[in-house]
Amino acid sequence: MANILTVEGLETQFKTQDGTVHAVNGVSFVLKEGETLGIVGESGCGKSVTMMSMMRLIPMPPGKVVAGLALFQGRDLLSMSDAEVRSVRGSQITFIFQDPMTSFNPVLTIGRQLAEPAEIHLNMTKKQAYDRAAEMLALVGIPKPKDRLDDFPHQFSGGMRQRAMIAMSLVCTPQILIADEPTTALDVTIQAQIVELVKGLRDKLGMAIIWITHDLGIIAGLADRVGVMYAGYIIEEAAVKDLYREPAHPYTIGLLGSLPRLDETSNRRLTSIDGLPPVLMAKPTYCPFAPRCRYAYERCWKENPALVTIDTNHRTACWIDTKTGRPR
Amino acid sequence: MATYIIRRLFWLIPVLLVVSGVTFTLMHMAPGGPWDRDPSARQVDPNTQRMLNDYYGLDKPLWRQYMAYVIGDTNSKGEFICGVVCGNLGPSYRMRGLTVQQILFKPPSGKTIWESRFGYSMRLGFMALSFAILVGLPVGIISALKQNTVFDYVSLLIATIGVSVPNFVIAIIFIVIFSSWLHWVPIVPRSWADTTAWLMPGLILGFGTLSRIARLTRASMLEVMRQDYVRTARAKGLAERLVIVRHMLRNSLIPVVTVLGPALAFLVTGSFIIEQMFGFPGMGRQYVTAISQRDYSMIMGTTLFFAILVALANLTVDIVYVFLDPRIRLND
Repeated sequence: MANILTVEGLETQFKTQDGTVHAVNGVSFVLKEGETLGIVGESGCGKSVTMMSMMRLIPMPPGKVVAGLALFQGRDLLSMSDAEVRSVRGSQITFIFQDPMTSFNPVLTIGRQLAEPAEIHLNMTKKQAYDRAAEMLALVGIPKPKDRLDDFPHQFSGGMRQRAMIAMSLVCTPQILIADEPTTALDVTIQAQIVELVKGLRDKLGMAIIWITHDLGIIAGLADRVGVMYAGYIIEEAAVKDLYREPAHPYTIGLLGSLPRLDETSNRRLTSIDGLPPVLMAKPTYCPFAPRCRYAYERCWKENPALVTIDTNHRTACWIDTKTGRPR
Repeated sequence: MATYIIRRLFWLIPVLLVVSGVTFTLMHMAPGGPWDRDPSARQVDPNTQRMLNDYYGLDKPLWRQYMAYVIGDTNSKGEFICGVVCGNLGPSYRMRGLTVQQILFKPPSGKTIWESRFGYSMRLGFMALSFAILVGLPVGIISALKQNTVFDYVSLLIATIGVSVPNFVIAIIFIVIFSSWLHWVPIVPRSWADTTAWLMPGLILGFGTLSRIARLTRASMLEVMRQDYVRTARAKGLAERLVIVRHMLRNSLIPVVTVLGPALAFLVTGSFIIEQMFGFPGMGRQYVTAISQRDYSMIMGTTLFFAILVALANLTVDIVYVFLDPRIRLND
């Protein structure tokens, strides 16, 4: 499969009153056609900002993409003109956001908002665009879609709103769908429905998906490959099975250790990772996880490890081989 | 909706009763009366005063005077004269031969109602309000879009002055600058038929409201700009102009509309001072004159009329809400 998206060395900073926050510190990843890439990490690790920076959706100022490339079909999203990037947004690369309550405009009808991408990108008339919107609502399983077009977002339930959000992202049949924690604001039953819906649509429409979440459980059943982010870096990247079977980075091990498992026999205590994620007021010169890491030794405090390949399709950024507990 | 409006109109009755009761009490508590003259001038002799009191019913107990004003009473000839409930605001005590209605609403012969005192005030108020909206809204919007630029700082500074300095102070400054120094407009206009004469009082009257609208629009726009749905709109690939016009404006107007009702009231009450300062022939100046002359029926009539105006302005705002924000439903 060909690479549809290649991100290299992406760095984003935010100017605040207290100084510059280094939110993304050189993120690189590739996305293949039709592939589902999961990005996991705790709040504030730069998952969303990475995607927003790539699509030039972060507020500028205070935000700024200071370095990097984002090649989509061979063209750099970061250096193309505003008009060009707008023609990609919402048509070829689309978004689903976290909170379906606030991500719809409360004073416009669902139909109006779903018709917009079709009108701008597909040059449809209002009538055609509304028909397309109804078609999409039917696709995501909303009954009597034609009757619901004139409804306002507050007349939809949370789960329906997220379905409508998915419908809106599919209007122009995108190549890449970026789902930014789409299930975080929903209750577990609805979460499962939404995940199933997206899986089904992916198989039907064949788009690539970047699924951002902090829920490792969702990723396990959905993604082909997973990138784990910490402090604005991708610190481990692997095929989903490898990552769960043999996590290599101490942070990933910690994350998986904090997860309850159904197949466990003994009464294992869930572990937690001590400490807090770093405040990124300066670009780290040493491993950002070192203060919380039980493997850390002197090199970890002096040099920041880069991603290295440790196995086929398995890369990690750590000075320690966690299997042996010795430096690599 | 219709039920709601009718119910709100019925609510006017208790509101007007309270307003009239309070005004009536305060008015009669204030020292002096309609027949008092400047101490240096010739006084109305006691006999005439007694006759006048008898004629206007001022010798009766206060509660009866109030009832007479609201419902009606028999006059000295034994005829029943209906009060406010019949729409009768009574005769003026100081302008002989004219009723309160005639003073407020009757235009000079052969002219339209816009030439009456009411008409003059409405035109001035409308001019001030349009000026405030037409300038205040765009200034607020542009300030928010160009936050922390020179335009933003300058307009915010001017708007803060406009909100905090009372309009009669601004009026004096404007008169000094534009009339005394620059001679652009006369201090006292020869005729109000000349449109340029309206500019000074209109602009000064609208300035405070303009500032309030500009500040509120700016704050509201800044709030809306941070909303998730604006990010969604951008993520859909909408051009910036469409994001602003379709996704930001209407949402940011909702809080602005809230102040327009009170703003209208402010323009009406604010006009007392401005009309007085410019010798403007409207209701506001008439009201001030009526108060200083203790023209009881004029004071009551004008107060009630203002109360109705304010209530209707607020009702209009509540109805406009429904069209701006689909989440709001009026409870029938």
